[in-house]
Parts: sequence; C-alpha cells; structure tokens
Amino acid sequence: MAGGAAVALVAALGWAVWPTPAPYTATEAVVTVRSGPDGAEPVALDTTFYLPAGASTGAPAPAVLLAHGFGGSKRSVAADAEELATQGYAVLAWTARGFGRSGGQIQLNDPDYEVRDAQRLLDWLAAQPQVRRDAAGDPRVGVVGGSYGGALALSLAGLDRRVDAVVPMITWNDLARAFLPQSAAGGPAQGVFKKAWAASFFGRGSETVGPVGDGAGPDAASGADVPDAAAGLPEPAGRRADPACGRFAPALCAIYQRLAVTGRADAEALARLRRASPAPLLGRINAPVLLVQGAGDTLFPLAEADANFRAIHADGTPVRVAWHTGGHDAGPGPTSDTDRIKALTGQWLGHYVKRELAAPPASFTWSRVAGFAIGERGLVATGYHVDDYPGLTGQGAAALAVAGPPRPVANPPAGLPAGISSLPGLGAVAALSGVGDAVTADIAGQHATFDSEPLTEPIDAVGAPRVTIRAASPTGEAVLFVKIHDVDPSGRASLPGGQVAPVRLTGLPTNIGAARPVEVTLPAIVHRFEAGHHARITIATTDQAYAVPVEPVTYTVGIGAADSAALTLPTLVGEPIATGAQIWLYVLVGLLVAVAIGVLVVVLLLGARRRRVAVTVEAPFEQTPLVVRGLRKEYPGGFVAVEGVDFTVERGQVVGLLGPNGAGKTTTLRVLMGLTRATAGDALVFGHRLGPGAPVLSRVGALVEGPGFLPHLSGVDNLSAYWHATGRPDDAAFFEEALDIAGLGDSVHRKVGTYSHGMKQRLAIAQAMLGLPDLLVLDEPTDGLDPPQIAAMRKVLRRYATDGRAVLVSSHLLAEVEQTCSHVIVVHKGAVVASGPVDDIVGDSPTTYFTVGDTAAAMAMFDKMAGVVSVAIDDTDNLVVDLGTVPRGAAVAALVRAGVRVERVVPRRRLEDAFLALVGEQTRGSGDR
Amino acid sequence: MVRDIGAAVGYRPEHTLPLRAEWGRQAARRRTQLALGAMVLLPLIVLAAFQFGNDDDGDGGRRSEFSSLADLATAGGVNFAVFTVLVSSTFLLVVVVALFFGDPIASEASWGSLRYLLAAPVPRSRLLLAKVLVALGYTVLAMVLLVGTALLIGTLRYGWEPLASTVAADISAGEGLLRLLGIVSYLLVTLSVVAALAVLLSVSTDAPLGAVGGAVVLVIVSSILDQIEALGGLRDLLPTHYNSAWLGLLSTPAQTDDIVKGAVSAIVYVTVFLSAAWWRFLRKDVVS
Repeated sequence: MAGGAAVALVAALGWAVWPTPAPYTATEAVVTVRSGPDGAEPVALDTTFYLPAGASTGAPAPAVLLAHGFGGSKRSVAADAEELATQGYAVLAWTARGFGRSGGQIQLNDPDYEVRDAQRLLDWLAAQPQVRRDAAGDPRVGVVGGSYGGALALSLAGLDRRVDAVVPMITWNDLARAFLPQSAAGGPAQGVFKKAWAASFFGRGSETVGPVGDGAGPDAASGADVPDAAAGLPEPAGRRADPACGRFAPALCAIYQRLAVTGRADAEALARLRRASPAPLLGRINAPVLLVQGAGDTLFPLAEADANFRAIHADGTPVRVAWHTGGHDAGPGPTSDTDRIKALTGQWLGHYVKRELAAPPASFTWSRVAGFAIGERGLVATGYHVDDYPGLTGQGAAALAVAGPPRPVANPPAGLPAGISSLPGLGAVAALSGVGDAVTADIAGQHATFDSEPLTEPIDAVGAPRVTIRAASPTGEAVLFVKIHDVDPSGRASLPGGQVAPVRLTGLPTNIGAARPVEVTLPAIVHRFEAGHHARITIATTDQAYAVPVEPVTYTVGIGAADSAALTLPTLVGEPIATGAQIWLYVLVGLLVAVAIGVLVVVLLLGARRRRVAVTVEAPFEQTPLVVRGLRKEYPGGFVAVEGVDFTVERGQVVGLLGPNGAGKTTTLRVLMGLTRATAGDALVFGHRLGPGAPVLSRVGALVEGPGFLPHLSGVDNLSAYWHATGRPDDAAFFEEALDIAGLGDSVHRKVGTYSHGMKQRLAIAQAMLGLPDLLVLDEPTDGLDPPQIAAMRKVLRRYATDGRAVLVSSHLLAEVEQTCSHVIVVHKGAVVASGPVDDIVGDSPTTYFTVGDTAAAMAMFDKMAGVVSVAIDDTDNLVVDLGTVPRGAAVAALVRAGVRVERVVPRRRLEDAFLALVGEQTRGSGDR
Repeated sequence: MVRDIGAAVGYRPEHTLPLRAEWGRQAARRRTQLALGAMVLLPLIVLAAFQFGNDDDGDGGRRSEFSSLADLATAGGVNFAVFTVLVSSTFLLVVVVALFFGDPIASEASWGSLRYLLAAPVPRSRLLLAKVLVALGYTVLAMVLLVGTALLIGTLRYGWEPLASTVAADISAGEGLLRLLGIVSYLLVTLSVVAALAVLLSVSTDAPLGAVGGAVVLVIVSSILDQIEALGGLRDLLPTHYNSAWLGLLSTPAQTDDIVKGAVSAIVYVTVFLSAAWWRFLRKDVVS
C-alpha cells in the first residue's frame, strides 16, 4: 500500500519535473542599428527574439519590446520574456547600449541614443513577418520595462507614436529630482545629493571594465557579461576604455564626478539629468500607460510615478496607477504583489496590444505589508483598491499633534558617522529585517525627536505626510533629514519604507526664536499606524545615503511654529482585493459539506443494509445452533483452505471437529466468527446467516486461534473489559461462573502478561463462556492444559451442552474428541470425510487386526473360511480381516486349529479407520499441500 | 413490532464498544500514560531550559521565525505557550498523534484480542469509529495538557502579558489567548492527516510499531520534499506543506489564507486516508 503510494508520488514528481517543450522559439541575434543625433552612428545590440509557436506570416503575433534595468542585460528579463511569449506575444528583449555584449556607451536614456536605438528596434519588429502590423513599418507593440527600462519605455512612447501601450515600473519622472531631492520648497538645484544610490548606479555602469572574464558585474552569475568569441560579437569599444568611467559616455562621467565631489548640481548636470528623464516627453504620449511603483523604494519613490501620472493624465491619455510593496529597496515584493502586477500588466497588454481583453478600469490598486509570509520566506501584503487614483494626498487626512522643545543637533565633520535609513543596493536585506521597514539608526547628538500622543484608532496612511519644522544655523544653511517613525508601545521605532525627506534650508537665522516654520512634504508611504502606537518626527543631520556638508556645525531644530505641529497623514480606505484565498474558503466550505453528505449517505446505506440482513431468518433452522452449508474459502493467492464443508450442530450436542493440523478447522471457525468471509456457502446460527459483525454472533462464545488479551490488564479486568466491549449488561455476564471455570485462583488479579500459556488458555475459555452463549466454539481448548485440567475441562464442556446449548470443539487429537464429544466431524484437506455420533463412529468396525506367527498360512486359511469378506496385509505385516458374519472367537479357534500362532487380536474402530486412513496415507499436515 | 436481529439478550450493535470502554482500554496502557506525561513534562523542561540556559547563544544574528519566537518566549505566559507549541508541533506531537491513532487497532491485532472484539461482535465500522473517536479524545487531552501546562507555568513565571511578536503589534493577552486557541485548533487540523494515515496503516498491519513509525516517516519525508524548492508548485500538494501556516495567526491582522488552504489539504487527505482505512478494515480477513 505504502509502496504503491510511493510509486505514485515518484511518478507524479517525475511528471512534474519533466521538461515540457517550450511554446515559443527564442532566437539570439546581433542587430546593428544606426542612431545618435544624426542617426548615423552604428551600434551593435545584443537581442533575443521570442516568437510564440502559433505566430506565422498568416497569423502574426502582437509584440512586446522588453527593456531591462540599469546594470542588467537581456538575460535579466528572460523570465518575463518567456512568460509573455507563452501568452502569445512576440517579445524582443535587448541589452541596452553600454551594457553586456551590446556595443556603445551609456548615454542614460538619451533621446538621441538609447531611445533612438529602441525606435530602430521598432523598425526591426515591423520588418518581421510574424509580427502584427497596424500599418507598414508600424508594429503592434507594447513597451514594458522596469527602472532604467521603464523610463526608456516612457520616453520612447513620447517620441514614437507607433507604441500602442506602455508599462513602466519603478521608474523615474525626473532623474534630477530623484537624485537631488528637496522635500521643502525649491527644486533639484537645492536638492540633497542621493550619493549612495548614485554611486551604486555609477558602479554598475563601470563594472564591465576589466580583464575579459573577470566575472564582475550583476550578470556574472549567468555569464551574460562574459564576452563569447563563438558568438562572433566584436568586443565593445568601451569595454577596456577608461578605468574611471567604465562604459559611461565621457560627458556623463564628468558630470557624475563633479556631482559626487560637491554634492551640488550645476546647470549642465541638471540639464543632462532632465534629458535622461521622460518628464519633458510625457505630454506627447498617446499610448495608454500603466504606471507601477513600489513603496519600498528610496531611489524612485512613489512621487515619481505620481508626477508621471499627472503629466500623462493631463491630456486625457488613459493611465492607471498601481503600487506594490516592493521597489529598489524591497525587491519584487511578496507573491501577492507580483501576481497582482502580472495580472494588471497582462490585462493592460491584453486590451491595448492584443486587443482581446475588456478595457481595464482606471481604478487604483495598492498593497500594504501585513506581516511575514509563513510558507515562503518573505512578506505578505494585503491588496486594496479604490475607483480613482487619489494622488499622494489621499482621500482623507488625519492630523496628529507632534510636540517637543527645540534642540541642538550637530552635523559631524565630513558627515560621519551617519545615520542609517536605507541600504541602497542591499535592499532585500533591509526589507527582510522588519516588515518592509528598513533597519534604521540615528546617531546620538545628531537628531531630535518629536512625538505624538499614542493613537486611539489605527490610521491607514497612504500618501505623503506633511509637517512643519523650524531650524536655525550659524551658517544660515542647514541640510536636514526629516523622517516619520512608527513607535510601538514597547518603544521600538520603525521607519515605513525606509523613507526620509532631505531638506536643504537656506537663509536661516542663527537663533531658533527667529526661525520661520517650513513645510516639509515627506515621501509617500503606505503604512498602518496601529492603535496604541504613536508617530514620531525625527529631524537628523546625517544620513549615510546622502551627501551632507563636510564642515562641522551645530543647528537648532524645532517643530511647527510653537513647539507643536500638526502632522498631516493622508488616509485612504479601499476595498480589500479578493485574492485566491477567497476561493479556497469556498472550497473549504464546499468540501466540508461534501464530506458531511458523504458520511450521511454511507450511514444511511449501512443502516438500510443492516436492517435487510437482520430480517433474513431461515425458519427451518431457527432452533438449530449451527448449520454449515457448502462452505468454501479461498485465500488470496488461490489456496483453498475449505471446500464444500457441510455439518450441523444440534442443541445438546458437543461436536468435535477433528482433523490433522491444517485440515481447515481453523479456517472454518474463522468464518463462523465473522473474522473472514466465506468464498461460497454459508453458516447459519439459529437460522441467522453469519457474517462479519452479524448480531447473532452475540449468542456464540468463542476461543479461536488461542487466547487474546490485553497484557497490561489483569485476568479479571480483561474479562470485564471484554464484556464492556459487548455493550451488554453486567448481570448477563456470569463472571463468577466463568472465573470458576478458569480456576486461576488469586492469579486473576495479576497482569495477563505474566500468565503461562495454560493460564491464558483457561482464561480464554472462561471469556468464551461469559454470558453463557447458546453456542460455544472452542479451538483446541486443551492446548497447554495439564491432564487433570483436561479431565476437568471435559466435564465442564459436557455439562455446558445441557439446557439446550451446544458446543463445537476443534481438535487434532482423536482421543480428545472421543472422550469429550457426543458427535464428531472429521475433516481433511478442507473437506468432511466422516461425521455422526461418536458412538456410531467410534464403535467397532467389522474389521479386526490379527498379529500371527505365520502370516501366509493365516491368509490362506481366511481365504478359505466361509463368511469372511476380505483379508489384507498392512505394512506392519498385520492381517486386516473383515470377518463378516464370522465371530472373532471362531476365527481365533480356526487359526489355532490350523496351527497358526496367534499373538494379538484387536478389534478396529471406525473413527480410527477414517482418521488413520487420512493420516496414514500422508503424515504431513494437509495444510502443507 | 420488535425486530428480531437474533442477538443475545441485551445486545445491540450500536451499544458495543462504548467510548467509555475503549477509553478505559487505552487509559490503562503505559504508552498512553507516558505520552500524556510528556505533554506535562515538556513545558517544564522548556521552562527549565530558559531558566538555566545561556541567553547569548551567538547564532550570528540569523533571524528566522523560530529564533524570533524563541526570543519572545519569555515575554509572557501566552508567548511561552506559543513557543512550547512551536517546538513540539514538528515532531513530538506528530509522534504522539501517530501513537494514539496508529497503535490501537494494530496492537489489538498483535495481542489477538481484535478477533474477540470482532466476534463479540463489535461491528467493524463501529470498532473503527470508537477507536478513532477515543484517539481523538486523547489527542485533544494531550493538547490541552501541553498548552494548559505551558500557559500555567508560563504565566506564573513570566506573567500575564500581551502576546508579543516580531512581525506585528502586540496582541492583548485576552485576544492572544484566542489566537492560541486558533493555533491549537489548526494544529489539530494538520495533525489529523498524520492521524488518518496512522489509522490506515493500523488496519493494514499487525505491527503497532509499523503503523506509528510509518505515519511518522511519511511526515518526515513530506517535510524533506517540502524543502526542495525545485519541486515548485508541487510542494503545495504535500500533506505537510501548510503545517506552519498557524504562524499567520501571530500577525496583525491574522493571515488566514494559508490556514484555509491547509485545512482544505488536510480534509482531502483525511477523507482519502480514512475512507481507505474504513474500506480496507471492512473487507479485511482478520487472520492474526
């Protein structure tokens, strides 16, 4: 059974891991496109084209242009490409210029370079006969990409009207604002440089510098960035170029270097970063846009998607926003998030590109981390939706008073040591450290905190909190980091999303009393402040992710206008998104109902059958303790233990079932006790057909195949445990009588485990007699008993059969049966060979044994003697003579007269005849057949 | 009209092997007493370990739900009970449940007393039902003893504190007790798979050790397969896949998605195993 299950399991696993043929073909190709300001600079792009199996010239497939993130390659998006191809899209993935095995230098999504490259790839797609076209040279195409690829998708849609739909994820609107955020009034020119993220990105663009095959780089694990001579791709020119700039275009590299040193952006830097942004092109977008942004993203926070939304929405282009809990810090997010984003993307492309699905609604969906996922190591997010995207200000607002006196805070020299709010580039680690809220640390002396009262109601904050602060600085300037913490009753603080609001304040007074309140808009968060928790505004001077002034200086910071401020938390209450779990709840209920119905049906069917069986009484045998008719038992494997056994036990009889070991006695008794089912024939007890569990068995007491007791109970406890199991009243048991029969004395109070075989045997006989059953069936009852006990047992059994009761005793000992039983049934090889009253069978038979001196002479004499029926010699040289009508005395006299010496004359008995005939012809047990 | 079923006076099939009788048959057994004793002893051992153990176990800051629950075990009585349940759910409770469900029929068969029960006659369905219900009773008793002892000594030692968790806000002690009740109920649901398998093995073998061991081994194999991520979605079908879903009850709001799936999985397995056990037991030739 278990083996079968194991085989089934192995088969199932084998089936599951067996590779199935891909429903698409993937073709790698180097596509050389011409771009640059004049469209004449060739660049070799490493591409993979995934073509669904069903796509052909006659049935062209809609296409998806799939862009990768910064530092990645076409291989980073292979899984997404395969999934889209499986959905029936022709997918073109490529490695952007300056990365992997593509040529060229990184121009940071410059409209003349990366965007133009993508336009040329649209041309390439339009030239593929298996790709659907809206017009000549215009493929039906959606553009999908994350981060670097997302911004490219937006810019491409702004510059090229052939794009039919765009799905940009976790990407920027204005790269200048993203890298130089300023959360108070003012723009990137006053922004605080996000140096850790910038360095991380610059590093990724430089990583391909170095000896061939040194294995560095994000894709090193997949080998994607290791140049492959067999592919025939010329080594990109920039690869060995500049150790300082890697594959960055020199102009970009110079801008970064200035920015990283000064922490301030000059006009050229701002212009270059703007050029790398979709912001200026958004007004030109006509293709519907699905904006996906993550709350766990300190690089491109939710505000970037919000800016994209407002610009695209302004001129009526369909645009939809979805937030998840992932992002550049938090990774892809929990399964529920990735599933939702995949579904939204599939719906968007399915409607606007494939044009098969219904139009997606404009509703806004988002999710909030609910806790750790249990099955998978990660987080669980609960999804919500509202009909319209409310922006970062929510639909409602909760105002919390945060208060505290102004405090001095120090900016350390060189900005070190610095507080920690996020770990750029190590996002997954931070995300796992505590429900999506980054590990945070503030340095003593470098921050001031302002707390609210504990909340009486939970607040679901969705959007950008706002608060006013004040600051004074001896230099007139200050760089400060404003954060909102959630503090639980035990004092543990967590930083939702790891977000901080950097502000650079200028024109500050030296005295805090003269400072004017400044409104700070914190980065948008999705966070539930539980009741009993409180909100805390922290104003810090350092953050290791940002560039701060290197000169030591001490500021004074305060909150609001008068040491108290209203912290405004935007709130949003949405409908929870029904997940697959809802279905499982229905499945669970359905299953419970089905099981309940199933059990009910079985119970009813069984009850009906029991009633039907119970009324089957064969009237002629109503007073007969036992009738066995044509009993046949064939065991699995074909061994026939009993074949056509018939016999009857009448009231008052002690019937012996006699046969050698293995003759079929035990099998017959097993069938009688309902332990096994007869293959054919039946047995009736008082007219009721026997079967497993037949109620009439309650009138039968049995000892079959030796005693069976609970070894940890005493003898008397065993008897009462057995009797309780019958469910019959105690006064019907006749315990005293039974214990008398067992004759165990004080031993009945010992545990059965300590009994000898004989003691167990006597206890078993006593158990069989409990309730004085009308029919007693005993299998080898004298087994293990000593001779006086056997003698006593014989009397007990003979006495028992009075009062209309009957006893059936099986034995392989002739003497046993002869001395105990009134009737006997001899079985052999599973069949009855003789039956009848013991007196009839045991009585003398007509044959007589003669042991004589001269066998031959005696034989001759008997042959001639009138009346003798037959003469034979057995194998011990005895004569076996059927004397017929001749008296034994006359025969002896005749032998003596004939001079034959007579040594022994023994009358033979019928039972012995029968029994010896069986045993004699084969001394092995017939069970050995 | 009195229906004549041909039975002896006082015999009614539906009164055979009363639950009280079966409860008594098992109560006298040493293994039952040991198993129940272990349920009381374990919380005491855990408490002693926390008292005498070294807090700084230096596991390199590796965080898992286990270590975080261990850290919080001394936060209060409810936390201590949750932790005790966690440490016992993966193996000890599995063995105890396999013992309660796998042993009764197989050991009756090995003693030879099964044939006398069947010849009494206790109808086979009735016998199976009584054995399963009584085993269920002992399982619930074991769980109550374990959780009750842990709650009692935990509260005496660490106080009646809110249920703390690393993944969510503290839960008030009263609601924490409800969560604990939910956890225990869900554990019973997942353990029912072990129980049903043990019953199936119990009616298939005369060796009690085979039935108990077989059920435990299957749980272990299933847990191992569950670690193999290459199996992907196939792991969802494993009987133990959702066994730790009760951890979802420690978060706020409680995550019940996996609990529902776990319950569905358990019901399917239990139905299949118990139906097979019943089918087999009804048709079995009892030859031992």
